Amino acid sequence: MIEFFRKLFAPTNSSQTAKERLRLVLMTDHLSLAPDMIEQMKRDFIDVIAKYVEVDRDKIEINFEQQDKALAMLANVPILAVNRNGGGGDGGKKREEPATVEAAAATGSTGSTATPALPRRRRRKKSAPPAVAPSNASPAPAG
Amino acid sequence: MHEVQPEPVPVAEKAKRGRAIVITSGKGGVGKTTTTANLGHALAARGCSVALIDADVGLRNLDIVLGLESRVKHNLLDVLDGTVELDDAIVRDKHNASLVLLAAAQTREKDEVDTEKMKALVERMREHYDYVIIDCPAGIEGGFKNAVVGADEAIVVCTPEVSAVRDVDRVVGLLGNKFRPQLIVNRLRPALVKKGKMLSVEDVNAILRLPLLGVIADEPEIIVTTNRGEPIALRKDGATAAAYHAIAAKIAGEDVAAPTVEIKETGFFGRLGAMFGGAK
Repeated sequence: MIEFFRKLFAPTNSSQTAKERLRLVLMTDHLSLAPDMIEQMKRDFIDVIAKYVEVDRDKIEINFEQQDKALAMLANVPILAVNRNGGGGDGGKKREEPATVEAAAATGSTGSTATPALPRRRRRKKSAPPAVAPSNASPAPAG
Repeated sequence: MHEVQPEPVPVAEKAKRGRAIVITSGKGGVGKTTTTANLGHALAARGCSVALIDADVGLRNLDIVLGLESRVKHNLLDVLDGTVELDDAIVRDKHNASLVLLAAAQTREKDEVDTEKMKALVERMREHYDYVIIDCPAGIEGGFKNAVVGADEAIVVCTPEVSAVRDVDRVVGLLGNKFRPQLIVNRLRPALVKKGKMLSVEDVNAILRLPLLGVIADEPEIIVTTNRGEPIALRKDGATAAAYHAIAAKIAGEDVAAPTVEIKETGFFGRLGAMFGGAK
C-alpha cells in the first residue's frame, strides 16, 4: 500500500539525472580540451607499466569512454615479455632500485627468457574524478 | 517622466580607471542582456557612472531591454570606425543620467569588429566611467573574443540547465583565471528545485565551482519589465529588484551576502509525496 503511494507521488528526480549527466559530459569535455595533460598521463602510465613488463609502445591504445555512471579509461597494452625480477603478482610491491634498468635488460633478452608475446590484455581502470580534474577549474580568487 | 539628474558623467575628468566587466555565458537565451541592463541600473543607483556596451553586433537588444531603442542614433561600429565620436554615440538613460549605453550595430556583422580597436575603446571608456559593462554575444567565436578583449573581470550567467552549465564551463575554461569569473544563477524556479526537477544552485556550483554573486528567480515580472523597457532593478520593492541591488553591492565590494532564492515548501501533494518518502 505504502509502496503504491510512494510510486504515485514519488517525483521523478530528474535533477539527479541532470547532475550525473553533466558530471560525465564535463569530464569528457575536459579530457578533449586538455590534450597535453592526457598525453602526459598516457606517457606516465606507460612508463609505470613498462617498469614491470616489457610492452609494445607503438601498439598501446589508451582511450576514454563512458560506462554507466563513470568515465572509464581503457588501456590496451600489448605485453611482449614479463620481467622476471620485477614482474609477477607482488612485483609491484618490490621497490628495487634498478627497476628501470631491469626492464631495459629484459628487453635485451627477449629471445631466451621471455614468454612469447602474450595475448593483448585489457586493463580497465575507472578514473576517479579528481584524476581528471577539470583543467580549467579556476581556483577561487584570493580576494 | 524623465527624471533628469545633474550631469554626473564627466567627459573631461581624467585619471579615472573604472572597472571593465564582461557579462557572458556561452549559451544564448540565459539572460545576459537582462542581467546587463539590471546590473547597469543597480550600479548607477549606487551613484556610480556606468557605461553599458552592447557587443552583440548584428543582434542589437540591450537598447530595447533598457527602453532606449528610440534614442539610438549611432552605434559601437561607428565609434570603432571613427566616423562618430564616442560622446555622440552614447545614449543617456531615461531614468538615471549616470547610466549610458553604447548600442550595437544592427546591420553589420560581428567579424567587422576590430579587436584591437575594441580593446582601445574599452580602455578609453574606463577613464570616464566607474563601470564599463560589456554585454557579450552568445557563442565563443569572434564576437565573444571582441567582447572580452577589453574586460578584466567576467560575470557568467548560468541557468540551472545542463546545456547552460556545460557552456558556462567551457566559457570559464576559455576565459582562464585572468578574469576571475563570478557566477549569477539566473531563472531559478524554487518550486521545481524543491521537487527535484531542476538543478539547485548547489548542484550548478558543485560543477562550476565559481564565486557566487547571486541567484535570480525565474520571475514573470521580468517579462513584464522587459516588455516595457523598464528593467526590474528600477523598482523600489520586490525580491528580484532587491537581488539585483545586492549583486551590485557585492560587485562594488560591499561585504554583503549573495542574494539567494528561498526554496519554498511545495503544495499539498508535494508534502504528501514527501510524507511517503518520495522526496528523494
